[in-house]
Amino acid sequence: MIRLILRDLALAVRAGGGFGLGLAFFLIVTVLVPFGVGPETARLAPIAPGVLWIAALLACLLSLDRIFAIDREDGALDLLATAPVPLEGVTLAKAAAHWLTTGLPLSLAAAPLGVLLGMPWPGHLWLTVSLLVGTPALSLIGAFGAALTVGLKRGGLLMSLLVLPLYIPTLVFGADVARRGADGLDPGTPLALLGAVTLGCVAGLPFAAAAALRTSLR
Amino acid sequence: MRLEARGLTVGRGGLPVLADLSFAVEAGHALILRGPNGSGKTTLLRTLAGLQRAYAGEVSPGSDAIAYGGHRDGMKGQLTVAENLSFWARLHGLRDITPALRAFALERLDDRQAQHLSAGQARRLGLARLLVTGRPIWCLDEPTVSLDAENTGRFADMVRAHLGDGGIAVIATHIDLGLQGDTLDVQRFRATLEAFG
Repeated sequence: MIRLILRDLALAVRAGGGFGLGLAFFLIVTVLVPFGVGPETARLAPIAPGVLWIAALLACLLSLDRIFAIDREDGALDLLATAPVPLEGVTLAKAAAHWLTTGLPLSLAAAPLGVLLGMPWPGHLWLTVSLLVGTPALSLIGAFGAALTVGLKRGGLLMSLLVLPLYIPTLVFGADVARRGADGLDPGTPLALLGAVTLGCVAGLPFAAAAALRTSLR
Repeated sequence: MRLEARGLTVGRGGLPVLADLSFAVEAGHALILRGPNGSGKTTLLRTLAGLQRAYAGEVSPGSDAIAYGGHRDGMKGQLTVAENLSFWARLHGLRDITPALRAFALERLDDRQAQHLSAGQARRLGLARLLVTGRPIWCLDEPTVSLDAENTGRFADMVRAHLGDGGIAVIATHIDLGLQGDTLDVQRFRATLEAFG
């Protein structure tokens, strides 16, 4: 499994792997917000947690359809399915590699962007924490959506429609952690619920995604 | 080691293609599948390898003993030949890729990115992967596509060495590889729709 994560990381950072695309998208969307709603801190600061979370979510969505589609096209998925690694492990490894190349860089880049949108301290800290805790769920739900649509031509759009509604709990709790942090309130409760969503995804979704992959291989 | 299928019915997309197929291959022997395009050779091989479920019947041993080689090699263009092979080797718990590189004369290409290989070289890399799986039964689907005469010979030698070590190979091919073993004409087992209502 570690091998698979390392291979996916190597593929992502080499030419044409798409590493950094999600991050650049996240940056641009966030920079566009002040142009759209106006540059006053009084207006930007209250919406900053929500905006940053939605931008992170969309940036994450951008690279999801690559998780399994490329491996299916070049036949590697067949070989992985016959390798002595359970498909559940393959899905978990793929989701982990996706998180390391998108979720983790997004979480780290979010704090400076929070400053850009005028978020008050210690909002940036809680924003980063909420993204670190919440983005693994985005990658896992995304891997499940990618597994469901892997056999379809142009399945990316359908996958977005399937996956975005499933992102709602993570978005609600994640943005709430950042908002409470910025307002100086205790973010403990939404953070616990956010963590619960992520842990639930880790526990259940690899099995669901592996079942979807088996069906599509047949 | 013995590969055995009993009363096997395989199909695609809910429709049976081959029905009531039984055969046994002993260690050290090959089974050559023949039949026109669309006759079910690929479906049979994928079922043997555990990528599809059999509609009826059973195969022994299970898919853990089987290495599958399909039309597509599953190699990543951005990784080098050696990186691709070591990935699959480590996934199967092996480390040494030199014998596999040597079997297809890939030593001098080992640090070339797979995307810069010719079709024949890529095929050789795909076939070399079989050696790093360490599995006794090979299920190969048209393995010699895009290989020249010299490399077809290398491939036949590799299969012969594998059979010599007590391995088994099931190969769908249209050319004569000169291997010891039986030929199975899958056309004879064509499923009739009436039998399945």
